Amino acid sequence: MIAVDSLHFSYPASTFRLSIPEFSAAPGEKLAVIGPSGSGKTTLLNLIAGISLPQSGRVFIDDTAISDMNDAARRNYRIAQIGFVFQDFRLLEYLTVLDNILHPYRISGALVLDRQVRERALALADSMGLGDKMKRHPDALSQGEQQRAAICRALLPEPKLILADEATGNLDPDNKSLILDLLFERVEAHSATLLAVTHDHELLPRFDRVVDFHDFRASGA
Amino acid sequence: MMDSLYIAWRYVTWNRGKSLILIASVTLIAFLPLALQLLLDESEQQLRSRATDTPLLLGAKGSALDLVMNSLYFDDSMPPRIGLDASEQVDASELAYAIPLYMRFRARGFPIVGTSLDYFDFRSLRIGEGRMMTLLGESVIGADVASKLGIGPGDSLVSSPDNLFDIAGVYPLKMKVAGVMERSHGPDDAAVFVDTRTAWIIEGLGHGHQDLARTGDSSVILQKDDDSVTANAKLMQYAEITADNIDSFHFHGDSSIYPLTALIVQANDDKAAALLRGRYQDHDSYQVVRPVDVVDGLLENIFRIKTVIDGVIVIVGLATLLTMVLVFILSLRIRQDEMDTIFRMGCSRMTMARLLLAEIVIIVAASALLCAILLTLVSANSASLVRYLLLS
Repeated sequence: MIAVDSLHFSYPASTFRLSIPEFSAAPGEKLAVIGPSGSGKTTLLNLIAGISLPQSGRVFIDDTAISDMNDAARRNYRIAQIGFVFQDFRLLEYLTVLDNILHPYRISGALVLDRQVRERALALADSMGLGDKMKRHPDALSQGEQQRAAICRALLPEPKLILADEATGNLDPDNKSLILDLLFERVEAHSATLLAVTHDHELLPRFDRVVDFHDFRASGA
Repeated sequence: MMDSLYIAWRYVTWNRGKSLILIASVTLIAFLPLALQLLLDESEQQLRSRATDTPLLLGAKGSALDLVMNSLYFDDSMPPRIGLDASEQVDASELAYAIPLYMRFRARGFPIVGTSLDYFDFRSLRIGEGRMMTLLGESVIGADVASKLGIGPGDSLVSSPDNLFDIAGVYPLKMKVAGVMERSHGPDDAAVFVDTRTAWIIEGLGHGHQDLARTGDSSVILQKDDDSVTANAKLMQYAEITADNIDSFHFHGDSSIYPLTALIVQANDDKAAALLRGRYQDHDSYQVVRPVDVVDGLLENIFRIKTVIDGVIVIVGLATLLTMVLVFILSLRIRQDEMDTIFRMGCSRMTMARLLLAEIVIIVAASALLCAILLTLVSANSASLVRYLLLS
């Protein structure tokens, strides 16, 4: 369960203001976030992830107030409970697909990399059609395969929340559909919540709910 | 830290070109001063030990450094010559005995050192193969000469002519190798030793030819009377001294002025050495030097130059360090997306710093390893390197 209560945010030395009176999402729910560029969609994801802190208001994930945590606790919570999927995949070119998937476990003490995790990573990649590409580097993969690897990386810690920022923006129509299918399948399997920023209105009917930023008060962008 | 090292290792090996350039730069900047110090220590040790072992040198007035470098290390410097009478004067003083040295010629690149048998006792050189030279035209060679030329007792070695185009100049002499010295790990290993008289034959002061009194070939005789016989250019001169022609070899002119390049002067005691030095202090033609003083002066200059080189290396090292910092800063800029991604995922700035530190540790460790290997190689070959670079 994600809940946002009376959230107010502004960037220093900027006229941009974001105000969200109330917003929530249930476990297993798949939400699309739409709105014009600069309306604050990515800012909302940053606030929910605890990357940015609101001037007032709170963000809860399963009754845990992210915005009340200290910096280290927010980082640990983020890496263990929130999965990120980016438009440009953000895979590290110098790591193999397997190392990219395991990467969150190597950059934080909050996650422990053991044999079970490795086995889980292999099984997850296999289920995403990457089983024979684990030793390859990202530059040897197609864009669709790169995004699937990035999704594996986001899902491996079994997060409660998946934040996808234009996750299908760089993909062709076939891959868009495939990636969305995989993402939905995993979200349902783990009862996670998906919050996906998108400009692609054709995909909206597939989501449980659409959050339109026109409903929120954002100004000065 | 192991995870950071693993990720850093992947980064370093993926960016091989950049990493190799960094490793090469760090290695060079660490290796150069250390190798230089190693070689200087070795050269100091080699120069000083030989100089310390040689109490006094007598030579013609001129450069004391040339005299020492030529007499002790057989280098190419040509100090002015002295006459054989200088040796006789030292012996006559009863303060010391003199070991003659005549170093002018070469055989296949190696210096030919004309001396007496006393030299071998003085330097504690021992025959490893064959026997000591006993006859005119015989030589004993150092261990390096034997191994590099692949020759040994019973083989021959021809001295190099002074000038190929000077038909009146020094002619080559074919010398028999009587023995090979045991390795001494010094300049003697790379020398060809002959008796001073053999060196004078190479010089052209002595020679052997057909016996004109006995020859039946009248075409070789230009003029003959009761007292003398004059031969023409057809007279056959020997280019090799053999058992058959050795008796025909003879010397011309005043033997007291036969050339030497130096005398190793072995004084009876310190007092005798001081007296001898006093006698030659204001001598018109000769000088007596303590090789250790000359070498110390040389080393002082070398170390002065080394101080300058050290300064240059420090500046170059700083420049390299700054370049490395720049490379890492630029690398960070290029990797901004990567840093942003892992930060969003939940990586702390401390972990990011640890990742970068791990990369630096790998670069520095690889450089240290490479540097250690190179230094081990230099150290293992420092003696021969010093001989090749400084004393050849």
